[in-house]
Amino acid sequence: MEQLRFAYDGLKSSNVGAYAIAGVVASGDLEILVEREELGGRCEVDIRTSVQGFEKTWSAVTQSFVSTRALANTRITINDSGATPAVVNLRLAQAAQKLDEGDA
Amino acid sequence: MKRDAQWQWNSLALSKTARLERAGMVVQGKLVAPEDMVRLLEAVLEPEDRVCIEGDNQKHADFLAECLAKVNPERIHDLHIVQSNIALPQHLDVFEKGIARKLDFSYSGPQGVRMANLVEQGKVKIGAIHTYLELYGRYFCDLTPRVSFIAAQSADRHGNLYTGPNTEDTPAIVEATAFKNGIVIAQVNEMVDTVPRVDVPADWVNFVVRSPRPHYIEPIFTRDPAAITEIQILMAMMVIKGIYAKYGVTRLNHGIGFDTAAIELLLPTYAESLGLRGKICNYMSVNPCPTLIPAIESGFIQSIHSAGSELGTENYVAARPDIFYTGPDGSLRSNRIFCQLAGHYSDLFIGSTLQVDLQGNSSTATKSRMTGFGGAPNFGCDSRARRHTSEAWLKAGREASQTGAMPRGRKLVVQIVETFGEKMQPTFVERLDAWDLMDRFGMELPPVMVYGDDVTHLVTEEGIANLLLCRSPQEREQAIRGVSGFTPVGLARDRQAVENLRDRGVIRRPEDLGINPLHATRDLLAARSIKDLVQWSNGLYDPPKRFRNW
Repeated sequence: MEQLRFAYDGLKSSNVGAYAIAGVVASGDLEILVEREELGGRCEVDIRTSVQGFEKTWSAVTQSFVSTRALANTRITINDSGATPAVVNLRLAQAAQKLDEGDA
Repeated sequence: MKRDAQWQWNSLALSKTARLERAGMVVQGKLVAPEDMVRLLEAVLEPEDRVCIEGDNQKHADFLAECLAKVNPERIHDLHIVQSNIALPQHLDVFEKGIARKLDFSYSGPQGVRMANLVEQGKVKIGAIHTYLELYGRYFCDLTPRVSFIAAQSADRHGNLYTGPNTEDTPAIVEATAFKNGIVIAQVNEMVDTVPRVDVPADWVNFVVRSPRPHYIEPIFTRDPAAITEIQILMAMMVIKGIYAKYGVTRLNHGIGFDTAAIELLLPTYAESLGLRGKICNYMSVNPCPTLIPAIESGFIQSIHSAGSELGTENYVAARPDIFYTGPDGSLRSNRIFCQLAGHYSDLFIGSTLQVDLQGNSSTATKSRMTGFGGAPNFGCDSRARRHTSEAWLKAGREASQTGAMPRGRKLVVQIVETFGEKMQPTFVERLDAWDLMDRFGMELPPVMVYGDDVTHLVTEEGIANLLLCRSPQEREQAIRGVSGFTPVGLARDRQAVENLRDRGVIRRPEDLGINPLHATRDLLAARSIKDLVQWSNGLYDPPKRFRNW
């Protein structure tokens, strides 16, 4: 298992939604929990992944994802079981949509 | 200078007579008992003969191949095998034992690793790897078989053969062998009083054996809808809207894969919602894939010609004779030559791949396996001999045209693939593994399946790159990087160049096509399981045991 952590500053903030979950921990998939949390304006991404050696790819994917969204003061927790960036992006987008819909 | 009067002009016929005389010491007449087959082969064959073993994409003359692997290598050795598919262990056992030495073939996927090892050890000397149609062509040129082993469903006592739904390569092999004084040996599943239809006339067949087990058939074209992912559905939506609908593709071939299965299962749902029934996918050159059943039942597809059959679809096909090519007996008649031919001159090919480089060259070669090409090179290339027009062909041709050049059409050749493959291997690479394979085996050219010059569109989860609209190698490179996602190749893109290409429509993202990736859910599939496919067929589709998961 590899643990990765990224933090992003300077993002827009939003009051919509408290938390959202997307995906499942199945082979080739990942589970994402997105929660609003007081983080001094930061967005923090915590990743636990079963596939080692892809830190650069995770960094690029998460950076691209947060750059266009209002995710200041938000924690994103990921349990990954070998999902490709295609699947990761899909689940991140699903989680973001659920958050926007104010599911919880 | 004219040859002298003693020159022998009928040496092949004399040789055939001599071989049949030797065979007469082993067996009387045409029908051979299984236990006599090895001795018959030892009588009929000679060292260095060119032998064709029917190893098709699906059907295999496995008993005859097994018998060949049992001949005495001191009597029969250094054979030159010409065979389209190397799939079973016995196909390579003959090389291991020195019975065979040289090989010309097309596809060896299932035996790729062992093949690579035997080539390295010098036990297999490869003449060339071909695409199917090319190999069949050479059966009528410089690779005519001396002796051929074929597989059929049944025979009558005269030797008329019924090859049934899985006719596949048999006509190509038999025509070349029988009409150049060769010897045709057939294994059949059963002997009958009258064959349902005559696929091979008795005078073209020299020997028939009822094999102890029915010949092996691989269910290659069955894809379980339960395994189709949301990413494949997203890509399928882009293909339907961004390519099939855009160009008006009525005639096409789908390469095997889950990506194309997803497209097939979206026709009755997503394509229907776009009003495309009757406007796309009317004529297909493809095996009777079970995932086509919903599209057929919904009235999307008018006609399908097949290279082979698919296990479990026999009754469904027989119940849909307006769609499929069937004989007067009611069963499917497949034919790989004609399917490859029809597909070559149709409007579009779409298939998947393992690696693509920055020119668009596409390869499935990996360093540890030698797998060959199968039919893809023939489907996946521009058909420059084509003269008849269609809307899709002309439209693609206009996109590709250079000012001042003679106007012509262009076949759509689409590669559909996710940016990362199994085990997070990037699909898009600076240098194909094919170059390493070339070095390792001393080949003259790197084994490329579809050349970049022929590829017109690349479809990934990131969007569609239309290479027809690229005006220079640099634009082509950035167009490819622009759909390569987060692979190292994709991350090295020139962001401004890619944005420009997007503005010009060379790259189209899902949202540019009006597609929301979050709508790409499994709900869109017309069938979500093998059981659903059985229901769509009203119980006519009878899946093989391995697919019965309920």
